[in-house]
Amino acid sequence: MRYSETGLNLEIDLSRGNVERVETDPRLTELHLGGLGTNAKILWDRVSPETDPFSPEIPLMFSSGLLVGTPAIGANRTIITSYSPQTLLMGYSMMGGFWAPELKYAGYDKLIFQGRSPNLVYIWINNDKVEIRDAGHLHGKGAVETQEIIRKELNQPNAQVAAIGLAGENRVYTASIEQGRSSASRLGLGAVMGDKGIKAIAVRGTKDINIARPAEFLELCNEVLKYIKFRNENPIPNVMTILQGLGATQEMLHVDEKWHTENFMWGNARVRRREFWNKEIEARWKEVQESMRTRLISCYNCPIKCGAIISVPGLSTYMMKCFSKLTYTMAAFVDDIDFGFRIAQRATEYGVDGFSTPQIMAFAFELKEAGILTDADFEGCPSDNEGRFYWLLDRIVRREGIGDILADGTYWAAQKIGKGAEEYAHNNIKKHEQLPLKLGMLNPVYFLMYATGEKVNITQIEGQFPQAPFTTVEEREEFVRDWIQVPDEKFKQMVLDWELRGERSNPYYPTVDMSVDIVDWQEKMHYIDDALGVCAGLSSFPLKPPYHMHNYPKFISAATGIDMDEAGLTQIYNRNRNLIRAINVRRGLRRADEKTPQDHWKKRFPELEERLLDAYYRFKGWNMDGIPTKEILQELDLTYVSEDLIQRGILTE
Amino acid sequence: MGEKKKKIVKSIKIDLDKCNGCRSCEVICSAFHAAPRYSSNNPARSRIRVIREPIRDVYVPVYAGEYTAAECMGRDKYVIDGKEYDECGFCRASCPSRDAFKEPDSGLPLKCDMCEDEPPQERPLCVQWCINDALIYEEREEEVEEEVKPEDIEIGLESLANRYGLQKIMDTIARMSQKG
Repeated sequence: MRYSETGLNLEIDLSRGNVERVETDPRLTELHLGGLGTNAKILWDRVSPETDPFSPEIPLMFSSGLLVGTPAIGANRTIITSYSPQTLLMGYSMMGGFWAPELKYAGYDKLIFQGRSPNLVYIWINNDKVEIRDAGHLHGKGAVETQEIIRKELNQPNAQVAAIGLAGENRVYTASIEQGRSSASRLGLGAVMGDKGIKAIAVRGTKDINIARPAEFLELCNEVLKYIKFRNENPIPNVMTILQGLGATQEMLHVDEKWHTENFMWGNARVRRREFWNKEIEARWKEVQESMRTRLISCYNCPIKCGAIISVPGLSTYMMKCFSKLTYTMAAFVDDIDFGFRIAQRATEYGVDGFSTPQIMAFAFELKEAGILTDADFEGCPSDNEGRFYWLLDRIVRREGIGDILADGTYWAAQKIGKGAEEYAHNNIKKHEQLPLKLGMLNPVYFLMYATGEKVNITQIEGQFPQAPFTTVEEREEFVRDWIQVPDEKFKQMVLDWELRGERSNPYYPTVDMSVDIVDWQEKMHYIDDALGVCAGLSSFPLKPPYHMHNYPKFISAATGIDMDEAGLTQIYNRNRNLIRAINVRRGLRRADEKTPQDHWKKRFPELEERLLDAYYRFKGWNMDGIPTKEILQELDLTYVSEDLIQRGILTE
Repeated sequence: MGEKKKKIVKSIKIDLDKCNGCRSCEVICSAFHAAPRYSSNNPARSRIRVIREPIRDVYVPVYAGEYTAAECMGRDKYVIDGKEYDECGFCRASCPSRDAFKEPDSGLPLKCDMCEDEPPQERPLCVQWCINDALIYEEREEEVEEEVKPEDIEIGLESLANRYGLQKIMDTIARMSQKG
């Protein structure tokens, strides 16, 4: 009897049309938990680092997490893994919603695709029945409408469908995978799915998921529920609105956008508009948002309503969550949020990443203004800010004209275009577009997270430690008073001592050693979430979440029967983290790549930044080039990794 | 005539406007009813199901009612404030026309028992787990007349009387008792 997991993976070879159910090794669960951890193991084992991201040999994995489908609140995440065609490193992209629980109820922990289908197909999984079905009639259809069409044609109103739109079919590097209000957007995994010829994956499951120690597990779940209620009624004081509650930032609920519009950059992460927000805009935006927002909705087994059904008059209904509300509006320099909701509807059907795509378009128009791209490239393009964004979006997803070059993202487009375009692709880390946020003073914790994060996205590594110091001693004391989530009391002292100015302020405080500790803690929580399949919105992302280091080991023990404590869980996190680092090192990642965009902060401190990186590498047990040493790999039961790296000459004996 | 007795009627009030479609109610219901309790969960076994169609903003939790052996002929569709709900959209029956309220493996019907327990639960589990207050537990007292249960012989004779008329019954009995 397998507990909390199903113990079965589906291996689907698209080249041969072969489907196999394979039992998994329970020892791997003990070593890696599941989700991202076991995905990384498969990627390490199966793919030689020389393989091209669009090769049939690359697997594309759709995984649930170890706790997904159990009564654990918020345990509903899908972790999709392959190589990113844009970064050329391991790419993992995740989404919430309802798909992964359904896969587990159907009896599978993971779907692993190999090969490439000669025709466009969709996969239909209904418990023991797995079919590869022709999707010729779905060619070019939107990601949202595809889900509805498939449910209708299978007569399965309760099937969950993950689909790509036109962007994925055309292997656009910012193509996403859409499912309900959830989107696996980052790192271009939608392009890999399209490359393999998979239009959609529909799942329906009606089997049981078992728990090893039922009463104990339910008590833990009830405590989490109680704490969620408490946090909903007690938002965190003295921090900005979006950081006060649980879940993703509640962009669908809140209408006050002063922080985002005045502190995030407009255009190609270029311009700060400090006086933008005023009463008139607030009133107008509030009216638009509330009229288009039909209902606030949640993901599977989670009471937080991060998402919303959006009904724009004249367009088909879709769903949205978080920052995509603003990214198009701000990138296009349109002062009207109505535009944001409209173009997002089209973008969602196309299936594109709402972070990168607006920046790519803004980048293109900057190049046009600078004369690096010519009028010929934009023939037929409207001149107004709104019209030209629609025009370019349509071309990017079809890879038409200049759209074909831009569809690879700003880094690769700049390389192809040349003529000084590289200067304009200024907001990338490891070739991947970042949040359009350019602040003044370097924050050492954030520097490390941006530079070294393997997910190459700040929101998937930051979270539980405050982003800025509290103004007064009273505020700091209030914050740390009930801060049960800290793995160690020293983090409380760091907050108590952190000042806005003076010796104990950014960039030299938190100190180098403290910064490394903070990053390690935040990173650890994300890695654990991604192995368990728990939403970061209830765990690693907000301040004072219901899941933390002190109850996670108990959850794992009660669910699986594996005896787990904090030390054991930390060991597993380090193992997974080092395995992913090793995969990327094998692909060529080195210290030189761990750079933030030059303009990410106005005030830079190159010497401090080098010291931070040194300290982080040392703490991790890596050499000064960011490569895990033989010793640390051995400690983490990854001797086979060190042997491979030594054989390749990447590590010396 | 029977005596008057007080009976507690339990029900769940459902606020469709508050439902966020998370289906936690399905998770905890199926877990509570697992044997041993909480040892597994499976929304397909849940006694409460959320009829959920986000694109049309249809969010209707329905908890299982009676079993019916046959589908009803001519089902009703509702349009409320311009929103169209499917036929069967509010029905609580365990019915051959759909898979709700049936065990997925055996096909046996499921019925909501308001989480009957010893000691009693303060509220059914679905209500406890819905912290968005879409499900509200309500109890009310009703006075019911306690029926005197008829004996078998009375039930049988009543059925025959309905079919043939009381007079024919009496004639037949008279003839039969004469034969000896």
